[in-house]
Amino acid sequence: MELKSILLQKKSVILKRWFDMVLETYPADSVSFFKNQKDKFANPVGAAIVEGIEKIFNELLAREMNPGTVGMFLDNIIRIRAVQDFTPAEALAFIFSLKKVVREEAWAEIQANGLTEELFAFESQIDDLSLISFNIYMKCREKIYEIKANEARDSTFRLLQRANLMTEIQEQGPDPEDVKLINIKRKEATK
Amino acid sequence: MATKLPKPDELSRIDYTPPKKCWMDTPAELKPGMYCWGAKAKNLNVVGFPNARDWSPAEEDWKLPKEWEGTVLEGIHDRLSKYRSFRLFMDVCVRCGACADKCHFYIGTGDPKNMPVLRAELLRSVYRKYFTVPGKLFGGLAGARELTTEVLKEWWYYFFQCTECRRCSVFCPYGIDTAEVTMMGRELLNLLGLNIDWIAGPVANCYKKGNHLGLEPHTIKSSMEFFLDDIDTLTGVKVEPTFNRKGAEILFVTPSVDLFADPGTYTAMGYLMLFHELGLDYTWSTYASEGGNFGVFTSNEMAKRLHYKIYAEAKRLGVKYIIGGECGHMWRLVNQYLDTWHGPADFMEEPVSPITGTKFENAKSTKMVHVIEFTADLIKNGKLKLDPTRNDHLNVTYHDSCNTARGMGLLDEPRYVLKNSCSNFHEMPENTIREQTFCCGSGTGLNASENMELRMRGGIPRANAVKHVHEKYGVNMLTNICAIDRATLKASMDYWVPDVSVAGVHELVGNALIMTGEKERTTDMRGEPLPGKEGDENETV
Repeated sequence: MELKSILLQKKSVILKRWFDMVLETYPADSVSFFKNQKDKFANPVGAAIVEGIEKIFNELLAREMNPGTVGMFLDNIIRIRAVQDFTPAEALAFIFSLKKVVREEAWAEIQANGLTEELFAFESQIDDLSLISFNIYMKCREKIYEIKANEARDSTFRLLQRANLMTEIQEQGPDPEDVKLINIKRKEATK
Repeated sequence: MATKLPKPDELSRIDYTPPKKCWMDTPAELKPGMYCWGAKAKNLNVVGFPNARDWSPAEEDWKLPKEWEGTVLEGIHDRLSKYRSFRLFMDVCVRCGACADKCHFYIGTGDPKNMPVLRAELLRSVYRKYFTVPGKLFGGLAGARELTTEVLKEWWYYFFQCTECRRCSVFCPYGIDTAEVTMMGRELLNLLGLNIDWIAGPVANCYKKGNHLGLEPHTIKSSMEFFLDDIDTLTGVKVEPTFNRKGAEILFVTPSVDLFADPGTYTAMGYLMLFHELGLDYTWSTYASEGGNFGVFTSNEMAKRLHYKIYAEAKRLGVKYIIGGECGHMWRLVNQYLDTWHGPADFMEEPVSPITGTKFENAKSTKMVHVIEFTADLIKNGKLKLDPTRNDHLNVTYHDSCNTARGMGLLDEPRYVLKNSCSNFHEMPENTIREQTFCCGSGTGLNASENMELRMRGGIPRANAVKHVHEKYGVNMLTNICAIDRATLKASMDYWVPDVSVAGVHELVGNALIMTGEKERTTDMRGEPLPGKEGDENETV
């Protein structure tokens, strides 16, 4: 029997334990809310995690894991955890929790069927997930800083125009005579 | 009998420490990204706020004034005497938990102190200790605790993690308005100079210059000229608004940020185009040049002082009534506080639309009409020529801004205007709109940049609903009628649902509006080609 067939059989118990382990990273008083509120609009964080880990798990069990697809599923969870109260390691530790769950839930069958090598291969897939996750996490954090910079720019854009402190050059028209100062009133500028 | 008895060595490892500490014994840890910078002394001094000093929340020493505890307790006493609602909200909560999971900050963070019930309990526990007999006698057993520096810091941290959106109050069986508890909490902090600078700065500017950004009259006027140029380029129509014109029928007041920051600027252009097309006898004011009122995030008195400038200007100019633009908390103040502050504004007339003759009876006392009601009435009476196909490149949803939805019940008018201005409209899920709308996550002066993690966490529920309609219907435009929404949802969408843009409703009205004498439009206000005109945009720049 193949490891993936065993994992498929044990899918619901593995996902349940994996979900519990992810939730343990949140304040104890809030775990029941994240776990029990099933409306995805009332509980977007819990819903993103429960949906996300199932899709990631399915992708791991597929014959060939598609990095683009699994990246999208990882993004749905990591995007949330990247702005929550976690260090980078804490935010991504949930990926590795799956190793622990699989070993604990399927160890007997793995030993009985001599599937240690398959387990190593499966765990290597999880390592691949972690590398994809690092990239996603960094993109999220970079986005936060980009948004901060954009807010500063957007809130001053018109004021800078008004103060004649900035000009925009049109894409077309290489002749300097054709260079148009968008939105700058020349009469104002020459006053 | 248990299947597995503990072995002797396991028994010796039993930990008798209770697993969790009570929330009262867990001091707040102020984490970067979750709070805003402290109010600068200069900004508090301008308006005469007490205990002004430069201080930093990141430092251990907040430079608290001597005997600050007495100031706070006296402040609580004053407010208990003045506001019956406050005393009621301190006493009546049975901690049923109905509100607990309704707060966007709690949903996004999982921090129990963001449960509205617990956030209020931060203040209630101190109230019990000093103002109730059981609290005085039994202390912690009666849910009471001493006012300490740690408690004060906890207040500051969490009362500036509430946007006073009032979603929790919708679910409270007693109707406790937790927003008012936050307001009281912030007022008490303000007595000690502990506001945030993102609020104190706009308050100071508004007090001195009439708007949050501190724009002087000539700046407002010349900035508006940019819009007029853009409208001319877009439509060929020359719009000529007036400023500070005595004898105008109507004074128009809107948030100043719409004059300077995209995408609010397009909403402002929408107003200009609409009023020009109507031939409305109206004027802008460069003095009452702010619809928003960050004063309400400091104290009731400051809110009143700032708001009064609009009415003083209306009196000075001799207008008949006021139209207010797309703004959030301005409308909550007008609808819920204005009459208590000033009584009916009897020096003006009951608002009547000069175009349709409709009497705005709901504004009989305040003399201030919401522009979305004004526009909805125009459409209802067939007074506007709109071409919704010009917005066919947009797939639109509508975010009910907390203050206009829950604060004044303005639920259907914006939808009516939108459905007449665009062809593709899709609602977000039922439990995320109308009375149950989720806050943008950055209201009540929390739209600074240094608290971006807080904003993003608080924005999760709203963004999640937008993501749903984006994936299901292809929604690419999130509309609203609040300037803070326009500014902050842009950032939220950028992070959570990057393919969705943000607009005020009157931007879509401006795009759809067929103006007398206009040339054929090939782009919308943003320079995006109109449907069917995709090849023409280069010719019109």
